[in-house]
Amino acid sequence: MTTAAIEGHPALELDLSDEPTAMDRLARAVSDPAPLLRRASGLGWFSLGLGFAELVVPGAVARLIGARGDGDGRRWLRMFGAREIVAGLGILSGRQRAGWLWARVAGDVLDLAALGRVSARTGRERSRVALATAAVAGVTLADALTAVQLARHAPGELVGGIDVKRSVTIKASPTDVYDRFRQLESLPRFMTHLESVTVHGEKRSTWRARAPLGTTVEWEAEITEDIPDVLIAWRSLPGASVPNGGSVRLRPAPGNRGTELHVHLKYDVPGGELARVFAVLFGEEPGLQVAGDLLRFKQMMELGDVVDSDASIHQGRHPGRPSHAVTGKQVRQ
Amino acid sequence: MKAACWNGKKKVQVEDVPDPRILNSGDAIIKVTSTAICGSDIHLFNGFIPSMEKGDILGHEFMGEVVEVGRAVKKLKVGDRVVVPFPIACGHCTACEAGTFSLCENSNPNAPMAAKLWGHSPCGIFGYSHLLGGYAGGQAEYVRVPFADVGPLKVPSDLTDDQVLFLSDIFPTGFMAADMCDIKPGAVVAVWGAGPVGQFAVASAKMLGAERVICIDHIRSRLDLAGTRAGATDLINFDEVDVYETLLEMTGGRGPDAAIDAVGLEANGHGAVAAFDRIDQAMMLETDRPIALRQAIRCVRNGGVVSVAGVYGGFIDKFPIGAIVNRALTLRSGQCHVQRYNKRLLERIQNGDIDPSFIITHRIPLSEATEAYDLFVNRRDGCEKVVLKVA
Repeated sequence: MTTAAIEGHPALELDLSDEPTAMDRLARAVSDPAPLLRRASGLGWFSLGLGFAELVVPGAVARLIGARGDGDGRRWLRMFGAREIVAGLGILSGRQRAGWLWARVAGDVLDLAALGRVSARTGRERSRVALATAAVAGVTLADALTAVQLARHAPGELVGGIDVKRSVTIKASPTDVYDRFRQLESLPRFMTHLESVTVHGEKRSTWRARAPLGTTVEWEAEITEDIPDVLIAWRSLPGASVPNGGSVRLRPAPGNRGTELHVHLKYDVPGGELARVFAVLFGEEPGLQVAGDLLRFKQMMELGDVVDSDASIHQGRHPGRPSHAVTGKQVRQ
Repeated sequence: MKAACWNGKKKVQVEDVPDPRILNSGDAIIKVTSTAICGSDIHLFNGFIPSMEKGDILGHEFMGEVVEVGRAVKKLKVGDRVVVPFPIACGHCTACEAGTFSLCENSNPNAPMAAKLWGHSPCGIFGYSHLLGGYAGGQAEYVRVPFADVGPLKVPSDLTDDQVLFLSDIFPTGFMAADMCDIKPGAVVAVWGAGPVGQFAVASAKMLGAERVICIDHIRSRLDLAGTRAGATDLINFDEVDVYETLLEMTGGRGPDAAIDAVGLEANGHGAVAAFDRIDQAMMLETDRPIALRQAIRCVRNGGVVSVAGVYGGFIDKFPIGAIVNRALTLRSGQCHVQRYNKRLLERIQNGDIDPSFIITHRIPLSEATEAYDLFVNRRDGCEKVVLKVA
């Protein structure tokens, strides 16, 4: 099973055989259910939007679909709106997406029935009602299709929430980069969200990371693939509160410029899509976080230390004043 | 210690702040003796550079005495007198090894943020926004200087602060602008802007062998300085004449062989397009006013070089790409790789080829930085360049 995840990387393609190898499992683990998840999220957001419209301006929605905007009609629409919001939040939470989508399908059927009644009763505004009916039918189809497709994937494959790919070029040999990265216990030195990594034996390790609101999360992980100088892949073991997986691929940079490091991380964060949006709003964009981690790793490889500015010793953006109170080293330790 | 702090748009105040400390083992602490306000500080002052925060210490042109070094520092020792380059460069990465120090891959801890705006990040810069690292600047009594073995240039005691201070930025910046012009014997170089960088671009173009150097500005005193001290052979006041027509007349219709934009994002000009730039900028349709840059592109000869030393931060409107493509122009730019140039320019000063102190019009104590900014930004009292003296 070759996928986009490993295409274009000759070093890896050489290792592929007809047998489903560990490489295939990796490829599968990082295979891209992203378009499907995006579609599911799209339906979730649509549900939220429609729900709010029905709840807040039911009169306008009624006019749009050619229904009566009287007190009774508005009450019905408000109820439908509340239902849409619940379904939308459910889908976006990232838990049981398929189940919530089936709930949407059921809701869609209710909508269609209601529209049928409206159409039979009023006899006017027929074209609007017909249009609305067609639209709802289309959405119903999309809901059902997405739910069916989601059900085909094993839950572990649908690590949705956060999916980050970043790369950096480091002036060092693949061997040096591999050796340094393979010392998992030193990862927290440059990955600022990690508190500690404890290694138990060859493949197992315990990871502890800082989480929002001053909490920490801890999980067990195993290395799923380990090809010296080329690839390290890992994933969390069942039971992790934040199921996650990732890989680091190395290849020589052309022109003797050292080593290209390509990292691919996936986190199924609690709250899924919603959590991601909130994280971005509060400046915790995962892509930037990973880019910063890679920069610090590069600094360690090339300079032997992480580079501090007078401001970077503080979390987040901060006035560039030097401080007596705390040094960068203390913050990192 | 005392430091000049940015406290919002058009607000600079001298405040008491904590002294800097060694953070990385390659750091040195410099006790500042002289520091200058740069034209690019005006862009910060006027709020054109994003990611400034209240309390940020300004200043990237400074020199002084080493008072403390980290344990990994080998070349500097306490008591050395040094001029510090404004670009912070690690000296080890691929960019530094290639001599492109202002593209250092390691010195901007906020590189991911800068890459969001520009695609990739340049080096970190002292006192120049959080986008460029959030480093505390040099308009202060003390500064922490990272990579002390790479940047700071030791200067001999027989040269005064005023003579060597501008090796930190504007002299090498003007020199690199001229260097990028590939000046050949007989070359005619036009320099837009007779501010400090423009003056050094004029002087450097002469040093590199240009036959004629034409300087364009609209402030009489600056043009006079370019003519009498920097060595410009011709002066154009754009308030009085049409720059394009005049340049064509001066060059037999060819246009100058190279054009240097030493103006940058807050350019002034005449006519409809210049007025539109003001409106565009106010409406956030563009962040920068490329009036001088457009004119430089229009005027330079076919196949010529446009060398951009002026600071631009974001996006511009109505960029004449058609002229560049159809007339085979070369556009070159970059923050100055000061570490590449400062040693040889120090030699030029020692040889007596140039005395950079000719541009200084005002020497003011650091404690009066607020007044100094007012003087410099509003060009009061014939102000060309302010040096802040730290007692």
